[in-house]
Amino acid sequence: MAANKSTANKSSSSKKAAAASKAKKPDASKDELLTFYEDMLLIRRFEEKAGQIYGMGLIAGFCHLYIGQEAVVVGMQSAIGEGDQVITGYRDHGHMLACGMDPNGVMAELTGRAGGYSRGKGGSMHMFSREKNFFGGHGIVGAQVPIGTGLAFSNKYRGGDRVCLTYFGDGAANQGQVYEAFNMAKLWDLPVIYVIENNQYAMGTSVRRASSETHLHKRGVSFGIEGEEVDGMDVLAVRDAGRRAVKNARAGKGPHILEMKTYRYRGHSMSDPAKYRTRDEVDAVRAKSDPIELCKTRLLAAGWATEDALKDIDKRVKATVNEAVEFAKTSPEPDPKELWTDVLIEA
Amino acid sequence: MPAKNMIQAINDGLDVLLDTHDDVLVFGEDAGYFGGVFGCSQGLQKKHGLDRVFDTPINEGAIVAAAIGMATNGMRPIAEIQFADYIFPAFDQIVSELSRIRYRSAGQFTTPLTIRTPWGGGIRGGQTHSMSPEAFFTHIPGIKVVVPSNPYDAKGLLIAAAECDDPVIIFEPKRLYNGPFDGDPNKPALSWAKHPKGEVPDGRYTVPLGEAEVVREGSEITIVTYGTLVHVALNTAEQEGVDAEIIDLKTLAPYDIDTIAASVNKTGRCVVTHEAPRTSGFGAELIAQIQEECFYALEAPIARVTGWDTPYPHAHEWSYFPGPERTARAIKRVLEA
Repeated sequence: MAANKSTANKSSSSKKAAAASKAKKPDASKDELLTFYEDMLLIRRFEEKAGQIYGMGLIAGFCHLYIGQEAVVVGMQSAIGEGDQVITGYRDHGHMLACGMDPNGVMAELTGRAGGYSRGKGGSMHMFSREKNFFGGHGIVGAQVPIGTGLAFSNKYRGGDRVCLTYFGDGAANQGQVYEAFNMAKLWDLPVIYVIENNQYAMGTSVRRASSETHLHKRGVSFGIEGEEVDGMDVLAVRDAGRRAVKNARAGKGPHILEMKTYRYRGHSMSDPAKYRTRDEVDAVRAKSDPIELCKTRLLAAGWATEDALKDIDKRVKATVNEAVEFAKTSPEPDPKELWTDVLIEA
Repeated sequence: MPAKNMIQAINDGLDVLLDTHDDVLVFGEDAGYFGGVFGCSQGLQKKHGLDRVFDTPINEGAIVAAAIGMATNGMRPIAEIQFADYIFPAFDQIVSELSRIRYRSAGQFTTPLTIRTPWGGGIRGGQTHSMSPEAFFTHIPGIKVVVPSNPYDAKGLLIAAAECDDPVIIFEPKRLYNGPFDGDPNKPALSWAKHPKGEVPDGRYTVPLGEAEVVREGSEITIVTYGTLVHVALNTAEQEGVDAEIIDLKTLAPYDIDTIAASVNKTGRCVVTHEAPRTSGFGAELIAQIQEECFYALEAPIARVTGWDTPYPHAHEWSYFPGPERTARAIKRVLEA
């Protein structure tokens, strides 16, 4: 490839486009927007409930909620198709629900039950679904990035046009293996899209306190990987950026970086003293940029839904989540023999 | 049957695997065009193509990680880490990802990845080209660890590893690549051509993972070892005229305690040898298990012959290397106890 290939910062243009799309009629069909609304709401309600039952002692250990970031996975999932793959870090419940994994199985893994996706062997951070092409849930920060790159390698080797969405956060963006992966991905033009979910805090450390270059979409420049900043609170902006990147990857143009500017409302995990940011900051983001509210406003403005119809969706979503909790409570504890299984091939 | 050295046997094994499995890929630093630093993959890129046998950047962490991605996606990658001493950038991926994906996904995904890496000393490599780091890896549930000691096993174990759905790390004793080594660096180099295990059949065959071999039968004492030191043990037993039973472990994880216990219960005496440092070496695990299984049959404390608890030295390589002299002393001590 050309050494002087443009890797310009596209953030200003995509910001303008996002602002324009908010003002006028949404660039989406009614059904699409309603689906986005419902999918985002499912993640929101699922996570709220997970937080609640964590407080009740039904979930043990670590639990990282995705509330606030819903537009990222819902928008990106809409940009991929059958057979494409998804891999992410440990804040993974939203990704799994967006992939179409069963909320019952996800919630039951959180509670460590036999009905969980990993039969209680993984917990919140470590779930997989072969059926939905979800390659985990990885608890080591950044470790999934070169693995996703290897998934893309095998896609390319086999031919066809499958792509792999490889998600990681602003914290993981400082891990060395991310750059080993970038180098390989561009060297071999692998069909991988690196989705950096920049929620602005790596646990309690703000991007500014940890990163010499805070525009994380520029991190691919020295590898010749184009990157762009995307309004990660706007599901349509995410979808559009995702579609462009996926189209290019399918066409053999190699990797792309999408930096999703997003925000998590809750703590890093369930035991977060939240001293690294003010309550006002969180409230301001919620009030101005909530991805679900934005979607709702668009639906109402376009006359595609009434308040009552949206309430009905919420009722339906809540029923799904309540059913998941019921399943996760009543699913049996894993069989004691599961302690020993799936380590190596059983002789 | 054609005589092959260990490099040729491994090359042949890779060739057979590439021929018989579309999902096998061979790669590593200089593994493609150059054919590997010791030549184990020489000629394979030309025969099987750039997309199946290729060079990677120098980034061991991502070599292993990308291979994990390929393996979970149904491929059977064979990655070369140029020296076992270079494997540590990939340690996180091996410990936290490779070994656990089967468990974490409750069996939905497996990682049939084989990592090959030249291992051990005896070629004056100094600290960063001589290590025997196997004990770090035998401590990880979910991977298999293999150390061949001859060309026949090297090929058969490689094919078994690549065809196995579990991840396998193969440590290849680089001192044995070109010939058996009995521990005396002053003797002329030996050739595999005159060794029975240098006879390597063409085509596909496997040597089973997890099975040790009694390479010399005896009644006085059991010597449990692997890799280069198998030949040192054989030589020492001959030199000293000791009726030793010598066990070549071949697979360290999971290891074949039944073969070891049967032998020690018969002889009542045991010496364990390895090239790695003594403290927390694999010998510690073996001796703990042997005393649990064979305590009432033991006539003497079990002895260890190992490398010293030092970095692998350059100038003092042969003082570090647990050769025939130290092995003989340990045998004598155990026999006389």
